[in-house]
Amino acid sequence: MTAPPAKLTPQPPIPKIGGWDNFQRKYAPYIFISPFFLLFFAFGLFPIIFNGYLSVHEWQPGSGLGDMKFVGLRNFTDNLTDPTFWLSLKNTTILAVESGLPQHLIAIPLAFAINMGLKKAQSLITAIYFLPYITSVVAISVIFFTLFSWQYGVLNAALNSLHHIPILGVLFPADKINWLGERAFVQPSIAMVIVWRYVGWNMLLYLSGLQAIPGDLYEAASVDGATRAQQFRFITLPLLRPTMFLAVTLSLIGGFQLFEEPYILTNGGGGVGQAGLTTIMYMFRTYNAYSDAGLAAAMAWLLFIVIGLLTLVNNRLFGRSGMSDSKAAK
Amino acid sequence: MTSTPLAAPRTTPRSISGKRPLSRAGSILLLVLGGLLTLAPFYFMFVFATHPRQEIFSLPPPVWFGHDLTNNYESLLSRMPFWRNLWNSLYLAVLTTATTLFFCTLGGYAFAMYEFKGKGWLFGLLLATLLIPSTLNIVPYALIMQALGWIDTPRALWIPSMANAFGIFLMRQYIGSAIPRELVEAARIDGATEFTTFRKVIVPLTGPAMATLGLVTFVQSWNGFLGPLIIFRSAETYTAPLALRTLQGIANTDWGALMCGVALTVVPLLIIFAFASRRLIDGLTSGALKG
Repeated sequence: MTAPPAKLTPQPPIPKIGGWDNFQRKYAPYIFISPFFLLFFAFGLFPIIFNGYLSVHEWQPGSGLGDMKFVGLRNFTDNLTDPTFWLSLKNTTILAVESGLPQHLIAIPLAFAINMGLKKAQSLITAIYFLPYITSVVAISVIFFTLFSWQYGVLNAALNSLHHIPILGVLFPADKINWLGERAFVQPSIAMVIVWRYVGWNMLLYLSGLQAIPGDLYEAASVDGATRAQQFRFITLPLLRPTMFLAVTLSLIGGFQLFEEPYILTNGGGGVGQAGLTTIMYMFRTYNAYSDAGLAAAMAWLLFIVIGLLTLVNNRLFGRSGMSDSKAAK
Repeated sequence: MTSTPLAAPRTTPRSISGKRPLSRAGSILLLVLGGLLTLAPFYFMFVFATHPRQEIFSLPPPVWFGHDLTNNYESLLSRMPFWRNLWNSLYLAVLTTATTLFFCTLGGYAFAMYEFKGKGWLFGLLLATLLIPSTLNIVPYALIMQALGWIDTPRALWIPSMANAFGIFLMRQYIGSAIPRELVEAARIDGATEFTTFRKVIVPLTGPAMATLGLVTFVQSWNGFLGPLIIFRSAETYTAPLALRTLQGIANTDWGALMCGVALTVVPLLIIFAFASRRLIDGLTSGALKG
């Protein structure tokens, strides 16, 4: 800071009251935050209201706005009596569980392993595990599409050579698995890609949670004669609970909105027996291919209700450790 | 709201395991194994980019580099205007990042440095918008863009996202914790208008937070798929991920060419990540951890 230039007048430089100066001082913050709120009303809130309006109308996007026909709740009943809608919801649920559970079951031990005293290499390790998360989903899906190849894929070749290891070999399949070509394997294949993509993300959440636990708690516990298992049971688990709640909530909300991975891995079609068709994919198809905006809008509401209910159940299960507790994570 | 979202967690408890060599070796083994599985697909992406299609799908599959990178590259360019698609991705990502940085810093500054009526509930509303599952708005979003005539134009994607809750939240955290109020007061006393204060005092001091938000925004835009899938409808306007996706969708896909394109899309990210992984990871997780 340089010294302020000498003033010719002896008065202290109090800003002039009145006119533009006063106006801009008073309203500046409102003007500064207005872009967000304007955009939110235009592209956040309005679409939600419009979605509600659409869901009780019948309308082909190709025709003009005048062709909207009020049909009450028919879009909702049509969805609820459509077997494909239920199939998509079932697929989504299975995929959310198949991809959600392993993510955490793998991420937690990894976070523990880093916390075991590999602090020096921590940033390198987290960077490696985080790489899939910042890679485009199209790139990932295309790569895995080749790795999953039935006759020539790397994955089957690797499993096959593992199968030939003595003793341990029985753990691995003898025959080639037709990953994306057989109904039973479509969902596990998609889930595998999602697990691979999000393990690093969850690992980082758990690592932050672990490292936020004060070290002197463990010291005090070992002074009192607590065994390692007891320390884990009475210190680590309870204090990691808010982190778990956060990570599970994020997986849940993300899992029920799955679109990109299944869409690309099944070439947009849903795969064998539509096993890879998620609800968002079906909604997209209803709008895009079947041109039924009202039906698609109603589907969005139904999925929203499902996600809302599951979030509530999750809240109950995990007790009242809400989002605010996650502040402890840093 | 204690530390800045940009600082790595500093609490380092003593490891629970103590220094038992066996559990330590076990952890290292686990992490190395997981790390190899994490990196393997990237390795095969590069390997496959150098093989023709019939070699990619042969037994055993190739595990080392071949000699067909240039052929694949030429084949890729003969199938689609791929540099044009990469340019579209870059244009969109740069525009999204620049506008996001400007509006989010402005909004974050207002929430961090001013006291005004309704500030509390306005900020609450801002945070509440983060909870809306955005995917559910696909249909009305597509219809609105059609009505506006914004289909096939990048602004359909960068305008709605330029002042977003996450960015404002991130900037507010940083400005509130890293910039002394006295500086703002001093600028006012010197007779600067509010916007001049923002431009000359706040912007130069928010470099680290802007770098973080900028990286996160850029990467998310570069990788985006669902938004561009709704908006872009022609080979000329496709972003790189969309173009690759259409190449995969046709029968008789040239997988070597496709892998070459995938590698071209991923390499810029790897370069960014090599230089700024820490910052990028902090930025991406700060939203979740401080939410």
